[in-house]
Amino acid sequence: MRSIRRDEVRQLLKEGAQLVEVLPHDEYEEEHIAGAINIPLKELNRETAMQLDRSRPVIVYCDDYQ
Amino acid sequence: MGFEQVYEYEDGKRDWGSFGLPREGTLAEQPSGGDVARADVPTCLLSDDLSEVRRRVRESGWDTCIVVNNGGVVLGRLGRKVIGSDDDQSLEEAMTEGPSTVRPSIRLDALLKRMQSNNLNSWLVTTPDGKLVGLVLRSQAEERLNSSTS
Repeated sequence: MRSIRRDEVRQLLKEGAQLVEVLPHDEYEEEHIAGAINIPLKELNRETAMQLDRSRPVIVYCDDYQ
Repeated sequence: MGFEQVYEYEDGKRDWGSFGLPREGTLAEQPSGGDVARADVPTCLLSDDLSEVRRRVRESGWDTCIVVNNGGVVLGRLGRKVIGSDDDQSLEEAMTEGPSTVRPSIRLDALLKRMQSNNLNSWLVTTPDGKLVGLVLRSQAEERLNSSTS
C-alpha cells in the first residue's frame, strides 16, 4: 500500500477513487472527509470490504500520521 | 482482498481540514474560521511601495494589509497605525513580522474566545504551509455565531 499526500488524494478522487476512514464510528460521525465511508479498522474484513468497488482505487485514512 | 489499487493518505483528516477542504459530520457542520475568513483582505508584496499600498488600502475601506510573497505565503502585516500614517519608511520596516495565525478548520467559537481573551478584532487564517486564506473579523465571527445559534 503506497502512502500518498493531499494533492494526490484530490487527483485520485477526481478520477473516481473511494475514500475509507478506518477510525471508530463515533470519530467518523464527528468529522470525516466529505464523501468518505467508514469501515473501522477492527471491522475491516472480506465482508465489510464488499461494499467497495474493486475496479476503483481505494484510499484509506485516519486522523493524522502516526 | 482482491483490491489492486489501495493507498494510504498518511497525513489524514487533520491535514485535510487544516487546508480548509470539504468535511462532513457533526463537528464539521459548526462554523469554522475558514467559513468566515475574508479572502478580500488587501495584500501586498515586500517590494511594493508603502505609500502606494497605503493609498490603495485606504481607498478600499480596509485599515490593514497582509504582506505576502509571490507564493501567497504570509510574511507580515501592516496594521491600522501604519496604514493611517504617512511616515517615511520602507514596507519591511513598517510591517509586523510573523503574525499569529490559525488554520481554516478551527471552530469559530474557539477562535472568537481567543480574540476576546487577547482583545483583538481580527485574526489571520492560513494553511499549514503559511498561505493566506483570509482575515476573520471579530464582528463577523460574532454575527455568524449568533445567527447559527438562533
